[in-house]
Amino acid sequence: MEFSFTEEQQMIRDTARSFLAEVSSSAAVRGVMGSELGYDPDLWQRVCKELYWPAMHIPEAYGGLGLGYVELVATLEEMGKHLFCSPFFSTVCLGANAVLLAGTETQKQQILPQLIDGVTASVAYTGASRRSDCASVEGIWERTADGYRLDGYWRYIPNGHSADVLIVAARTPFSTGPDGISLFVVPSDTPGLERNYLPTMDETRKQAEVYLRDVFLPEDALLGEADQAGQSGECLEKLIALAAIAVAADQVGVAQESLDSSVAYMQERVQFGRVIASYQALKHKAADMMLKAEAARSALYYAACVADEALRGGPLGEELLEAASIAKAYCSDAAFFNAGCGIQLHGGVGFTEEYDIQLFFKRAKSAETLLGNAAWHREIIASQLLDGEVMGL
Amino acid sequence: MKLSFSAQDETFREEVATWMGENLTGEFAQMRYRGGPGDEHVFVEERKAWERKLHGGGWTCIGWPEAYGGRGATIEQQVIFNEEYARAGGPGRMGHIGETLTGPTLIAYGTDEQRERYLPGILRGEDFWCQGYSEPSAGSDLANVKTRAIKDKDSGQWKISGQKVWTSLAHESEYCFVIARTDSESVGNKGLGFFLVTLDQPGVDIRPIQQMTGTSEFNEVFFDEAVCADSDLVGAPGDGWKVAMGLLGFERGVSTLGQQMLFQNELDEIVRLAKVNGASQDPALRQRIADAHIGLRIMRYNSMRMLSGGGDDGSLQKEAMIYKLYWSSWHRNLGKLAMDVMGPESEVLDAAPYELSRLQAMYLFTRADTIYGGTNQIQRNIIAERALGMPREPRG
Repeated sequence: MEFSFTEEQQMIRDTARSFLAEVSSSAAVRGVMGSELGYDPDLWQRVCKELYWPAMHIPEAYGGLGLGYVELVATLEEMGKHLFCSPFFSTVCLGANAVLLAGTETQKQQILPQLIDGVTASVAYTGASRRSDCASVEGIWERTADGYRLDGYWRYIPNGHSADVLIVAARTPFSTGPDGISLFVVPSDTPGLERNYLPTMDETRKQAEVYLRDVFLPEDALLGEADQAGQSGECLEKLIALAAIAVAADQVGVAQESLDSSVAYMQERVQFGRVIASYQALKHKAADMMLKAEAARSALYYAACVADEALRGGPLGEELLEAASIAKAYCSDAAFFNAGCGIQLHGGVGFTEEYDIQLFFKRAKSAETLLGNAAWHREIIASQLLDGEVMGL
Repeated sequence: MKLSFSAQDETFREEVATWMGENLTGEFAQMRYRGGPGDEHVFVEERKAWERKLHGGGWTCIGWPEAYGGRGATIEQQVIFNEEYARAGGPGRMGHIGETLTGPTLIAYGTDEQRERYLPGILRGEDFWCQGYSEPSAGSDLANVKTRAIKDKDSGQWKISGQKVWTSLAHESEYCFVIARTDSESVGNKGLGFFLVTLDQPGVDIRPIQQMTGTSEFNEVFFDEAVCADSDLVGAPGDGWKVAMGLLGFERGVSTLGQQMLFQNELDEIVRLAKVNGASQDPALRQRIADAHIGLRIMRYNSMRMLSGGGDDGSLQKEAMIYKLYWSSWHRNLGKLAMDVMGPESEVLDAAPYELSRLQAMYLFTRADTIYGGTNQIQRNIIAERALGMPREPRG
């Protein structure tokens, strides 16, 4: 058993760390987060063409590097640590994963190389819903003579206003839960598509709403085989789980940096003639934060190993939904706890615009809400334990 | 990252499971899941007999080198043994202090004579040990021990006087390792000695402490010129702190997965109860039960990380420092959850005068979890100072 990074994985993480320290400084983050696009497109091209991050976990057969989810979460953790503003999560963890899970061989061959090459994507599935599962899909699809008609409203879509490719989940009329769901590729210039930027409290993560009004799509817009239409509910469940693990990675980064920056601040700040890091009341708070960050990391790395097997086929893959809910529940609370404590430990300056801890506090909350908060995921676990429902796919 | 054990280790796992299945039967079957923390007062003689049974199967001291009668088992194998032992419901080990603390200490710091004299009894499940560390004025501040050891000029023997406290199972033990001050002028962690003391002698008085559970597992131990041969001093006079601290590093977390198996067993019982009595329909309790499940799974992942990266020097990594604080806090919450799931029935005892059910005993005993072995507050100091590099507490 080696539940630790290999040397190669450490190298990947260290590369991400030093790159992000350079390009995602506080000034750089603040420079892009106020814009509607929310990231630097030139930097995104560097991320794709120099670092190959979007290629990381994509199989070599589709032009990827063929690495695993562990490498992916190690990189995402650093992105959280550095408040990185980019379409990475929406393109790779939503878009590329959707294609990997639901696409035909031809679609994978066609779409994945584009995403690796710098084309951005996102997935729209939920309507104006508090839920985060298949039941939140409200938009409708129907078959037409030569393709599909889509209609509906989608909300809370990461980078949905700027993504080059939108993948939209819709259901057949009157279907419920995971039934009747399909995923469709909707190019940004599709007639009848309207998308609007939603200004958000956490400016480092952009959201959008999408209207599809009587939108007609060709046969090949459906992800998957035509005779399997309406049967992608299970794929969507897996996609949500894989993406939730990616968010958990960001949260671990937020939890860790909230701790590190607070400790660094306390080592400098002097009151009553001592650095405040020497006061036990504050040390104990920091110790609790470290416990949360480390436990969150354990949950994350386990979930990443599970995700790896879920994508490549392995026995642990059975645990995907449970591992994702465990990671998302714990990491959501940990990131929020640490960022909240971080403001308190910084004292008055923690509440100012100038210090970054407030940005982590906001990112912690937006990540918590994204794809189901802690209570949501605990209820998934509770129903598995207490209602006799079988988890896993 | 690789989460599975090797095929060889899995064969070992089967071997342990098979042996447990075949041997934890008959007279021993009644002890299944008994005798663990909070329950150590039960089946004492039977559990001592069980130690000898274990020895017969070659299952005591498996982590010791073969030269001393062990199996030289790897960390992974020790983890697996503990896990399968607990999975089978193996009773709380009477011999664990001798096996995990005395033995490794003597192997690392002892003389050949000490090893020859004491290791075989531990190995065979015949000699039981207790730990003489804490004192009334040396709790969290362990270095503040007042117990004195004075060398008698005529006999060359040491005479030990003082009081130890919270000495688990002293009343069932043959020997106690004691840290005592060899230099009466010294303070703090200087001038201490590490002594192997025979308990059956006139200078030793053992008095059980009654706990809030109504039972007694630990004791006060009074030494009044208790005799200890010079050959039973481990290391030199003044080396006591080094030996005592070295000993605390030996356990290496190999029993953590076994401990978690017991926790899982308790959680399973709570889940079963919740389904039966309707607590499973209470939204607030559902959240807490799920939280307990999540916490226990993560505890397992924590130990897997801890066990994967341990340095050869036995030094603990940063993440290992959170382990005690994590499990003790989790278990204390589980105790409260158990009572809340039981509802009004949580007040009603199994029998008069004070016979607690398993979950009731667990609930009360978990209040000790966050105190013994370094309180949660001491653990937080350790984490803040050693892992986060924050300034040390000023010492008086």
